[in-house]
Amino acid sequence: MGIFVDIYRDMGDFTLDVSIKSSAKRIGILGASGSGKSMTLRMLAGIDKPDRGRIEIDGRVLYSIEDKIDLKPQKRNVGYMFQNYALFPSMTVLQNISAGVKGTKEEKTAKAGEMLSRFGLSGLEGRLPGQLSGGQQQRVALARIMASEPDVILLDEPYSALDVYLKDRMQLEMMNMLDDFDGQVIMVSHSRDELYRFSDELYILSEGKVISGGRTEDVFQNPGCLEAARLTGCKNFSAVRKTGDHLLEAADWGITLYLKQDIPDDVKYAGYRAHCFTPVWGEMERNCIPFILERVDSLLFEKNYCIRPQGQSGADYLIYWYCQEYRQKMIEERGLPDYLKFDEEQILLLK
Amino acid sequence: MMEILQGLDWSPLWISVKTGIVATVLSFFLGIFAARKVISLGTKGKSVWDGLLTLPLVLPPTVAGFFLLLIFSRRRPFGIFLYDTFDISAVHTWLGCILAATVIAFPLMYRNARAAFEQIDINLIHAGRTLGMSEMKIFWKVAVPAAGPGLASGTVLTFARAMGEYGATSMLAGNIPGKTGTISQKIAMVIQDGDYATAGVWVVIVLVIAFAAVFVINLIAGSKMKNIRRW
Repeated sequence: MGIFVDIYRDMGDFTLDVSIKSSAKRIGILGASGSGKSMTLRMLAGIDKPDRGRIEIDGRVLYSIEDKIDLKPQKRNVGYMFQNYALFPSMTVLQNISAGVKGTKEEKTAKAGEMLSRFGLSGLEGRLPGQLSGGQQQRVALARIMASEPDVILLDEPYSALDVYLKDRMQLEMMNMLDDFDGQVIMVSHSRDELYRFSDELYILSEGKVISGGRTEDVFQNPGCLEAARLTGCKNFSAVRKTGDHLLEAADWGITLYLKQDIPDDVKYAGYRAHCFTPVWGEMERNCIPFILERVDSLLFEKNYCIRPQGQSGADYLIYWYCQEYRQKMIEERGLPDYLKFDEEQILLLK
Repeated sequence: MMEILQGLDWSPLWISVKTGIVATVLSFFLGIFAARKVISLGTKGKSVWDGLLTLPLVLPPTVAGFFLLLIFSRRRPFGIFLYDTFDISAVHTWLGCILAATVIAFPLMYRNARAAFEQIDINLIHAGRTLGMSEMKIFWKVAVPAAGPGLASGTVLTFARAMGEYGATSMLAGNIPGKTGTISQKIAMVIQDGDYATAGVWVVIVLVIAFAAVFVINLIAGSKMKNIRRW
């Protein structure tokens, strides 16, 4: 059960080669722009065509090159929410919502009426999309999809058209509205925050390929490879060499790290999130690096200390440390820490 | 002045207006249909068909009239066939007026419709499909209204052009007073006779109709479109 996607398409300068099999209820696909994440969704919905492969939903074959099956979008029963919502501009809210409902006129109106009240759109049924706010438009778009009773809902960068305040509210709203939906929902985004909040399972796409995937928390804790770690928001990387069962020489950081866990042989990089450093004053402890402060940037809720490991020079070796507010108090009292400590639990071992 | 108006034969007006309306209705549906077909073609087929369908717009109307005569002349196979089988004749009949006006004005409708369809947000079409709407329903309920302003302006231009058609009409339908004598042909005729006063009256009538048509259609289109946000 669940979705099965195995698609390939060669477009000259870009090749899409994606396989995802998942029965999770909420699936996230993370990738930079141009990584092929939207195209994957479009192929699922039948808007774009792969060169070959197979697409199934709950055992129902939507596309198969071997069996010569290629269902029209109309027959796939896949709801697609477009980045710009694609509401029909000449139809009222009510007409938009009932556009995808099958059945008689009465059934359409009844279904649309139910959706109006469920999505908090009562009173707006006579409006045209151009007369709605961004948040209302998004609710209409979702109501329209839900009214057509799809097996799977696809969300293509659903919050990218909203301003920051609305984005936050709509994320919550969307989760609540999708609660009643029994099928799978796949959301594509370039924002790790949105996806961390939303998805049970997360797949990371880079240059048309799935480079990491699994339970969302696992993926964030162990992205597997450098590019995936970068996309999950990890800021600091170093090339590493295994020098012992528990020893890792991190050349870019100028430090040999000690890890309690056994280090795999094929580790090539170490990653470390900018939030995870512990400042240390006085005695140098294990996994501490001495550093030189390059500059401090003020972010909204924290300060970004941009540092350079002692003995390294050049912009390639900069390390980012996001210092939370409570730690800044300590820095004000005691001065800049002598060392920054890597928490060995937080070190990402990457290929 | 009053004498001219009193003695005026109003038939050119009715012939022109009737011709314009029928040709516009025909061009409207044919143009939309052709635009829809051409958009779905590949690059090569697109250029070939677009060229063919636009040809009457760029050719001198007399050349189009020549081709129409070739096809519909009662001394040629197709013309003979039409006359013998259906008792239809296009030469020197009102049907000829319609044919000539439609052929000449059609490209305006077609090109405007095509441009309007090509500017629609393609996601609207995709959205309709993923919602399970039939292609027919998507076309008439989503694409045509979204292309509304473009289609409206195409219709206006088509009507104006069809009503004023001269070259092809004079060749195919001729200038038979009360039958195929349109305003344009009337003006040309009376000017040849040096009757500038009558010509002037007709010119004023044409100006009024042309302006009224554009104004009315813009008004209708405007009230329908005012809530559609366009950039």
